[in-house]
Amino acid sequence: MNNTLIDFVIVSITLLSIGIYGLAVKRNAIRMLFAIEIIINAANLNLISFARFLPHSGGQTLALFSIAIAAAEVAVGLSLIIVAYRMYQNVDIAEFRSLKG
Amino acid sequence: MADITFVMISVFTVGCAIASLELRSLIYGSISLMGSLLGIAFFFLLLDSPFVAMFQVAVYVGSIAVLILFTVMLVKRELIFNKIEDPKRKYAGLVLMLVLITGMGSVIIDSGLKSVDTNTTPIDFGEIGEDFLTYYWPALIIMALILSSSITGALVLARREDIENEQHSD
Repeated sequence: MNNTLIDFVIVSITLLSIGIYGLAVKRNAIRMLFAIEIIINAANLNLISFARFLPHSGGQTLALFSIAIAAAEVAVGLSLIIVAYRMYQNVDIAEFRSLKG
Repeated sequence: MADITFVMISVFTVGCAIASLELRSLIYGSISLMGSLLGIAFFFLLLDSPFVAMFQVAVYVGSIAVLILFTVMLVKRELIFNKIEDPKRKYAGLVLMLVLITGMGSVIIDSGLKSVDTNTTPIDFGEIGEDFLTYYWPALIIMALILSSSITGALVLARREDIENEQHSD
């Protein structure tokens, strides 16, 4: 294999930064969920690349757990967005004000 | 040195990730998020982890992306095609992104990761199955419970009581 561990880690860092940019800039709740997905995938890529180069099977097992938990998180997150949309008729998080004092 | 396949996959993945956040339409955004997740699955194949790659395609590209698409379709038309963001925040976010990439990248490049040996044999996926059924079995059961409770929670949250009451009164 020509690729080194550092190449994969750099791609993972780039994805993480894009995800943090999305979380910081976007106010659309669905876009923020996209950003969270990108960050989770960056973490999974890191896990798998370290598991390949060390090598250890623990990384792949942990990545499988992480993918399954991310699926649960998306299901709950999307249903929360739907409930908030039904209450405020909007997906802008600046409009979700009921918890504001 | 990275080969051409790696470069192509990384350009595709990072490009799709940027497009998913920056495209005006949420539908095209979710489709490009699907592309980004697929790119990650190709990375897993490059890293000799075909089992995790297939899991990624089945769970992310197959189910999560479809779930997101359906949620986007439930939202009003003008909310799908309107970008909601502050221009000032955008420049601050771009600066934050560049600082993170250069900061973390320089730390990683200066670290000892370059000297990691690349000529090791890949892990067989039978080993992962063995791990799941021996050392990690309590975690597997807890994960199943979390998944089922989260699906139940999502259903309870998204339920519409007004429609149910109308149906009962009919």
